[in-house]
Amino acid sequence: MKEKIKIASGQGFWGDLIDAPYHQVTKGDIDYLVMDYLAEVTMSILQKQKNKNPKLGYAKDIPELMKRILPICKEKNIKIITNGGGVNPIACAEAVVDVAKNLGLKNLKIAVVLGDDIKDRIDEIIFKGCELNNMETNESIIPVKEKLLSANVYFGAFPIVDGLRQGADIVITGRTTDTGLTLAPMIYEFDWKENDFNLLSAGTIAGHILECGAQSSGGNFLGDWQSIPNMAEIGFPIAEAYPNGEFVITKHPNTGGRVSFETVAEQLVYEIGDPKVYITPDCVADFTTIRLEDLGSDRVRVYDIKGKQATEFFKVSCSYESGYSAVATLTYSYPQALTKAKAADKILRKRLENLQLKFDEIRTEFVGYNSCHGPLSTEIDEEKINEIMLRIAVRSNDYTSVERFGKEIAPLILTGPPSVTGFAGGRPKPSEVVAYWPALIPKTLVKPEVKMVKLSSEEN
Amino acid sequence: MKIKLLDIAHGRSGDKGDAANIGIIAYDDKGFEIIKKHLTVERVKKHFDGICFGDVERYELPNLRALNFLLHNTLSGGGTVSLKLDAQGKTLAAALLRMELEV
Repeated sequence: MKEKIKIASGQGFWGDLIDAPYHQVTKGDIDYLVMDYLAEVTMSILQKQKNKNPKLGYAKDIPELMKRILPICKEKNIKIITNGGGVNPIACAEAVVDVAKNLGLKNLKIAVVLGDDIKDRIDEIIFKGCELNNMETNESIIPVKEKLLSANVYFGAFPIVDGLRQGADIVITGRTTDTGLTLAPMIYEFDWKENDFNLLSAGTIAGHILECGAQSSGGNFLGDWQSIPNMAEIGFPIAEAYPNGEFVITKHPNTGGRVSFETVAEQLVYEIGDPKVYITPDCVADFTTIRLEDLGSDRVRVYDIKGKQATEFFKVSCSYESGYSAVATLTYSYPQALTKAKAADKILRKRLENLQLKFDEIRTEFVGYNSCHGPLSTEIDEEKINEIMLRIAVRSNDYTSVERFGKEIAPLILTGPPSVTGFAGGRPKPSEVVAYWPALIPKTLVKPEVKMVKLSSEEN
Repeated sequence: MKIKLLDIAHGRSGDKGDAANIGIIAYDDKGFEIIKKHLTVERVKKHFDGICFGDVERYELPNLRALNFLLHNTLSGGGTVSLKLDAQGKTLAAALLRMELEV
């Protein structure tokens, strides 16, 4: 058994710094590179892409990235784990095999985790007695069933561990928990068992710290953010994990950013509910047990983590079509910028009313005044405001209403308050609103499956 | 003495469906005692009057000198549906840090 392993975060979301994974594999030694590509909305986008082309439906950045990092990872024996397979992990693996062939690599084993996509199994699952009730409203999924764009079960770390045990160099999954990506190599390397709940919780919390990329190494830091060095070359976090469940969060030397008690603590409280009950498919981690010790030099020791047995359920993330929305902006300048923007809003609303359009919501925000903090925003002296951006957004099930809204914006320039600009982008087009339906499913109704996709020298 | 929460604590916020989560972390133990005492459910709910339209839940993480708040019915429908510029509540931790405390 290894005495320690280094797991590096390469991506906090699809759209994160393109070069981060490259820097993680080149600027120091690591054993694993983990990359989280999937936000809730991502699955529906990927499903739409797959509907148009059955070869798509995964994070398209992956083959391009592999071209750069695969030879390095092969040479340094770095394994890669990612959930960027989206709704088509097999196609993603095949694309990576193609890349490997073109690079002249002789051997590559990719484990693909399947079985999370239950979109085509909804009727069967309902028939078996699980109506995938919404976790927030408790409503049955049946009324929105026909509008579903995607439906995926969140798997945990163990299917990835299966893949690693079959000798995978790369593991590509669909909807796997962000935390499972980091926990899996610890289970695999340290031979942790399914009932080692404290250890599984420790690995899960390491995953929580890594899953948003540089958000734990100085990015988006609300403390003394101006003191964070060299954010332009920010180092992404690395977990140096030990068999007893302790780990140290750090980053490569000579990179920007900071790893401290404060930067790690901020990530720990990010997007959590009851800290004693952090539920994953692998365990229920207790965030109140976490102890942090700032060792200095961008090293924070994390220890003493406790947790409990996992629940009988997997979480399911479904997305469905829910009408249309459009957003429009216009910018008003000094003098009386805010007064002008408010007047324009009033005029526009009156016109929308006269047209008898149907909206579920019309929302006005004044960027530069109250768009972030709403009623908490302090009153401002108009003499001191240089400009205000009027931002109006609408949402409706009626496409025509949303489309017509888009046609009512430009006219405000010649038929409303003066010194207005910022309408270069054309009429705002209605975009489809994708709503999110969280549910639970008994673990007995879904089974993860691991398939190996290989490139071997014999084949060539 | 009047102090700004901003001077004794930092934090981070994000979305959980239509709820926002706000984690507030005190810079030291003394600060943690102050936020534990002053950042009650009622006080936070009142602070977010006109923003949070649901219940506020409060949790303590003493090892991190932190409190976690869940603000229900706050994001105007949640991440993908919300028309808010800040649909994911990313700036709400800073909004809470605007609070002034009498200590």
